[in-house]
Amino acid sequence: MLGVVGESGSGKSVTMMSLLGLLPSPPADVHSGTVTFDGKDLLKVDPETLRTIRGRKIGFIFQDPMTSLNPVFNVGYQIMEPLRVHMGMDKKAAEARAQELLELVGIPDAKRRLKDYPHQFSGGMRQRVMIAIALACDPQVLIADEPTTALDVTIQAQILELMKDLRQKLGMAVIWITHDLGVIAGIADRVMVMYGGQIVEHAPVKELFRNPKHPYTKALLKTVPSVRGARVRRLTTIEGQPPILGAQPTSCPFRDRCSEPLTVCASKNPPRYEVGNGHDVACFHADALETAHAG
Amino acid sequence: MLTYTIRRLILAIPTLLFIALVIFLLLELAPGDPMAEMPLTIPPEVKERMREALGLGQPWYIRFYLWLYQFFVVEPQYWIDALFGTNLADGAQRIISFQSRSPVFDTIAERIPQTLWVVGMSYVVGVIIALPIGIISAYRQYSWFDNLGTFISMVGFSVPTFFTGVLLIVIFSVNLGWFPSIYDTTLVVNDWSSFLMQLRQMAMPVFVLALYNAAQISRFMRASMLDNLGQDYVRTARAKGMRERVVVLKHVLRNSLIPVVTVIALGVPQVFGGAIITEQVFKVNGLGQLLIIAIHGNDVPMILTLTFIFAVLIVIFNLIADVLYGFLDPRIRYD
Repeated sequence: MLGVVGESGSGKSVTMMSLLGLLPSPPADVHSGTVTFDGKDLLKVDPETLRTIRGRKIGFIFQDPMTSLNPVFNVGYQIMEPLRVHMGMDKKAAEARAQELLELVGIPDAKRRLKDYPHQFSGGMRQRVMIAIALACDPQVLIADEPTTALDVTIQAQILELMKDLRQKLGMAVIWITHDLGVIAGIADRVMVMYGGQIVEHAPVKELFRNPKHPYTKALLKTVPSVRGARVRRLTTIEGQPPILGAQPTSCPFRDRCSEPLTVCASKNPPRYEVGNGHDVACFHADALETAHAG
Repeated sequence: MLTYTIRRLILAIPTLLFIALVIFLLLELAPGDPMAEMPLTIPPEVKERMREALGLGQPWYIRFYLWLYQFFVVEPQYWIDALFGTNLADGAQRIISFQSRSPVFDTIAERIPQTLWVVGMSYVVGVIIALPIGIISAYRQYSWFDNLGTFISMVGFSVPTFFTGVLLIVIFSVNLGWFPSIYDTTLVVNDWSSFLMQLRQMAMPVFVLALYNAAQISRFMRASMLDNLGQDYVRTARAKGMRERVVVLKHVLRNSLIPVVTVIALGVPQVFGGAIITEQVFKVNGLGQLLIIAIHGNDVPMILTLTFIFAVLIVIFNLIADVLYGFLDPRIRYD
């Protein structure tokens, strides 16, 4: 399970949606790069192929369960839709499978609730329905875009448990987008930290929390309030605002808020440096480290 | 839903009675005299007797009561008699037009077919062309199609029908001679050539009104589609791997149609109201023209009856729009 973290506006959701071509275009336009899945570049395949991958091979759960379901169709219909399109199931089979899915995500009285409309469900229940839709066709990859942000903590914990459980049962890869470092520490195997639309640090979860290399990751970890020891008067923050990206960055996007900027940061955007243990980081400090290491 | 409908229908009764009273009092307050167009050679005392013969000597509340009685009791009795050959009405006094001295409802019955044919057809045509235009315009926002659609609906909406109507007459009747400029009500459709003739004489008034209706409805459709295209559930539908056609024509359209259907339903009474100006331009003797003539002649029973029928239709179609809303949107439940 890959965790993706970063503050609001750091490009987590946009990056994930660009993988499946879900961004509205215009204004969005994916210029370069590749998205490799099953040996195919998803940015280059024709729309029909991409469509058969969406929902069939890659499931997507969105942030806001209150608006992500279509209000005029009952949830049974919405779960059955991908089943009938991708798996070619008839109405009966799809209905049975939909009921099974609702039971899987822990919605009681599933058979009857299939006929209910989204507004008859609470936020947590709707998110479960969204998960059921995403899981409908047994996808190989599940992308969960802040699936618990709009929910209260107890529901959040339930959904997290559910996801862990389902991952064990179904054995699929999960990309979990969040800005909650606690959640990441609890469930992820690897973590990707994003800032200003770029990956600034990428490491296995233990390595990242034990040994953060990027100043942004360090600062993020410092902002987590501790429940032990004396209570601090004010919560720690990272000063300033994330950059507004109108064009390709020509310098390090974190430079203005960095606690230890170098002169080179203003003139070049740092590439990602390998620092060992499957850990890489986009910072010129790491460059110095790497060269020192090599020398 | 049924209890809601019944409750609304019962509530409509006092509303309609109040509307009838307001219309009646407005006509009462309006200056004018049904005898004004009589020759001046008629002596004043004779004119006074004629007025009394029309019932104008009575106080307003008696005349109002009599009109109500005739409208709700006597006229329905005549309809039942005509349908089943009974004799409920027993020669009771019907609502009589001041001008023609014939029953108001007979005149209305003569006029309704023309209005339904011309104005009703234009509404149907308008809706049929407006919906696809609105959908495509929204889906391809700011494309050449959308810009053209926006321009045409702006023209259709802002240029009055008496201008487009006359323009069409000048071009297609006077210069090209393709269509007749006057609608011939006496035409009987009984064979292929008379049917073609009927189509030709309908073409221009239908076009003028359809343009106007389509302009309005296509804008509603476009705005509503645009509202929904940006919604999260559209993204969900795409992420599920639905075909683009399914996403737009099922998920988005179903949601977008809710407000548009309401607008369409609320527009239906206007069809019966007739398009007063257009009917005048093309000499279609429909309800709109009938109302104009009645107003000119101070024909109070005719005006009162016509406007009251329009009010009834508006109240009924309001109710129909609300009920449709409940059917289309599962979030709305009236019970």
